[in-house]
Amino acid sequence: MENKQELVQRLKEQIIKQLKLEDKKPEDIGDHDPMFVEGLGLDSIDALELIVLLQQEYNIKLKSAEEGQDVFRSIDTMADYILEHEGK
Amino acid sequence: MQITSAVIVREGIVVKDASVVFRSTETGSAFLNAAYEALEVMYPRFYKMDLLSKTGTVAVDALLKERTDLEHWRPEDTGMVLSNRNASIEADVQYLEASKAYPSPALFVYTLPNIVIGEISIRYQFKGENAFFISETFDADWMHWYVTDLMQRHLLKVCICGWIDVMDERPEACLFLVEQAPSATGQHFTVENLRSIYNKNYGK
Repeated sequence: MENKQELVQRLKEQIIKQLKLEDKKPEDIGDHDPMFVEGLGLDSIDALELIVLLQQEYNIKLKSAEEGQDVFRSIDTMADYILEHEGK
Repeated sequence: MQITSAVIVREGIVVKDASVVFRSTETGSAFLNAAYEALEVMYPRFYKMDLLSKTGTVAVDALLKERTDLEHWRPEDTGMVLSNRNASIEADVQYLEASKAYPSPALFVYTLPNIVIGEISIRYQFKGENAFFISETFDADWMHWYVTDLMQRHLLKVCICGWIDVMDERPEACLFLVEQAPSATGQHFTVENLRSIYNKNYGK
């Protein structure tokens, strides 16, 4: 299994690709930057895309939409969630 | 009522009021991305859009670029009436293909042609009447009748209208800015003028 730093880097690349953030590079995204409104400025459709990304790339299904608010707070919280749930 | 400005977007070229404002050898999305950068649109949401909304955003930005009085347009008085032949077929097919693996919400939201009106309205805060019609070819008579009716009933004072289509990743737009206020440089809003501007070929 990759370490957290490698996962964070890969997540940034996947999010840029999946959400078509063509004006962003991985180094533009801080590990703890908020993903919604301020920070990356994602919206509700992006949240759905992140759910698809988790399912598609990591075979992880969120238990509820409310859970997403904590999971998708930042790249860091998303990486923690993946490390905790991958392969379960 | 006058046509105060007109923009044509075709693959490789953006023309405003008969002057070329952007030219490129790129095609499809790469062409629209290049036009976005050259015209300094500055709207990061652009990259998430389907080709129809990208075409509309580039065309409307070119159309309104030099206008310094946008803040004086009341949102409720400013609307859009667009038409095309292929509805949102490119986005529909893309969504269908992607759905074989996982359905993409970001692709799904573009599976209606009038989403381009929504994208432009959000960007410019237009809140007036809008409509999107499907027809085999650009119907200047219908467009003229419909926009005239909206303006004569005082539902709109400014209307962006015209044709906007994408097929085989080739953008095609001819948009007109129609205003009720008189302008020294505008042309009369007539069927003949709509047709004449639409039919100009601009070296393509």
